[in-house]
Amino acid sequence: MSKTANKLLELKNLCKHYPIRKGILSRISGYVHAVDGVSFSIYEGETLGLVGESGCGKSSVGRTILRLMDPSAGEIYWKGERIDQLTRSQIRPYRKEIQAVFQDPYSSLNPRMRAADIVSEPLRNFEKLSQAEGRERVRELFALVGLRPDQMLRYPHEFSGGQRQRLGIARALSVKPKLIMCDEPVSALDVSVQAQVINLLGDLQKEFGVSYLFIAHDLAVVKHISHRIAVMYLGRIVELAETAELFNRPSHPYTEALLSAVPIPDPKHQRKQIVLGGDVPSPINRPSGCHFHTRCIYAQERCKVEEPKLEETSPGHFVACHFKLNT
Amino acid sequence: MSQTTGKPILEVNDLRTYFYTRDGVVRSVDGVSFSVSEGETLAIVGESGCGKSVTSLSILRLIASPPGKIVAGSIRFHGEDLLGFSDEQMRDIRGDKISMIFQEPMTSLNPVLTIGRQIGEVLELHRQCTKEEVRRRILELLKMVNIPEPESRIDEYPHQLSGGMRQRIMIAMALACDPEILIADEPTTALDVTIQAQILNLMRELRDRTRAAIILITHDLGVVAEMAQRVVVMYAGRKVEEANVFDLFEKPMHPYTLGLLNSMPRLDDAASKRLVEIPGMVPSMRTEIVGCAFAPRCSSASERCTQESPVLKDHGNEHWVACWNPVLVKANV
Repeated sequence: MSKTANKLLELKNLCKHYPIRKGILSRISGYVHAVDGVSFSIYEGETLGLVGESGCGKSSVGRTILRLMDPSAGEIYWKGERIDQLTRSQIRPYRKEIQAVFQDPYSSLNPRMRAADIVSEPLRNFEKLSQAEGRERVRELFALVGLRPDQMLRYPHEFSGGQRQRLGIARALSVKPKLIMCDEPVSALDVSVQAQVINLLGDLQKEFGVSYLFIAHDLAVVKHISHRIAVMYLGRIVELAETAELFNRPSHPYTEALLSAVPIPDPKHQRKQIVLGGDVPSPINRPSGCHFHTRCIYAQERCKVEEPKLEETSPGHFVACHFKLNT
Repeated sequence: MSQTTGKPILEVNDLRTYFYTRDGVVRSVDGVSFSVSEGETLAIVGESGCGKSVTSLSILRLIASPPGKIVAGSIRFHGEDLLGFSDEQMRDIRGDKISMIFQEPMTSLNPVLTIGRQIGEVLELHRQCTKEEVRRRILELLKMVNIPEPESRIDEYPHQLSGGMRQRIMIAMALACDPEILIADEPTTALDVTIQAQILNLMRELRDRTRAAIILITHDLGVVAEMAQRVVVMYAGRKVEEANVFDLFEKPMHPYTLGLLNSMPRLDDAASKRLVEIPGMVPSMRTEIVGCAFAPRCSSASERCTQESPVLKDHGNEHWVACWNPVLVKANV
């Protein structure tokens, strides 16, 4: 990925807080700090992987980018233009350029619509095409994602999980978006089918130059598909680097532990495992200072009081830690 | 790693569990055999619908009937066939001699009982002991599975615990009576990787301490490589390959096993090459499969594969493969 490529999307200090309401008057008693000051950019033709454990806020980031939710604070820029404050009608042209593929191929397709109608819905929404043109486009899209044209009139329940995910991808592609937000697109699929979908996403990127924001918890999958990877912990990005750099020189203790925890499918593999104690703290009552200090094996006094800033340690490698590793 | 010595505790022979539904007979498990010995971990791997969970439920006779039925085979526990046991005899086995950990720690705990009550229930059923003894044993178990502050946790409810802690409670419950066999059905699938590492560590520790045999059901080959000594690979209700863990990963002989290994993105790969796909999808279990179930997706399938069911054959070192054209080259890993 060359750094001269065009910047498509830029997040500046994005925050998303969900209020917790209690009592008969529904008073706000606190906030879930799902996303807490996240900044990153996505360039044209690249895949940015966003990893983290459940509850770290990675899906909230994706949903906020799609403006399925409004950010609580921070700025979102699309090709240099600020889009986070646009009204529903003003945001419409951007919706065409940013599409999404969701995790669950069972619940993200309307069971009462035929496959062809599902795939062409964004087309009908954004482009004025005649029926014949529309049908032709759907036929092309079906071929593109490896479905047969005779399956166009079927309903979602007649497709397998992998095929449904192909439908979701065809739907996202129909309006030729620049960026597709993929939220755990393969985690509901079996290993053998997962490979088919990962390869398809790779092929489509080569053919159309589309960018992906690839949100997933499976590090092996993210490593395989991403050019750059951002690691999230409790609403913040703790490390962001190019894929090879991140895996060869993880600098945040959380990244190091996360990588070491993945089981390697080789019985002879001797791993230096770092087993983290405890659980991810609650995003309602977050630890002070560095959020990770409660589980970090390197933590010192400073980590409990001072929040580390995301700093660039080498070109393109950002880490938020007071005691960076491998630097 | 300990070699499989000693007599097998559990021998499953030609197990067939069918479900009789309105749309026809579903042959979920169709002739599966394996055995486990003391202190051994056997992994059963396969994709969804291959019958691995039904196999484990069959061992404990937990198949709902109707629609399910174990139509043939035997499950010998210390030489005695569990299929011939009365319901009462089975109840004495479950949770005492053979116990099970389920995938969903959220749904397999009772939300309205304290975790102390739930762990204690097993002890009250199988052991004659006083209330104080039960409580002491529960605290001991909670400590064993590394629950912090067991004295206060014992009176908490499942919703007050995190997913990882709930799975620890499940493990504590399963180990309460020092079972000889522990069946773990996808014990870490619902958990995050860092929590998964904690649970797998705990299971290994407990296995070495209690010498219990573990039957580990999973779809994750990484977990298999880390935990198991022997592996059974299932496809469409049948066992297609069985080998010790080193042979299976080094020289998989069934094209399906090889396909699974190659289709996985791996953390230890230097460069990311294109993944090798297995074309097509798992066959429907509603129609009777003629020949090899994997033949339609197999690149080395021949005429014979579509007509004749392959028989399991030992290729040396107890490496069993059911394939007419087994892979004889090394996996390109």
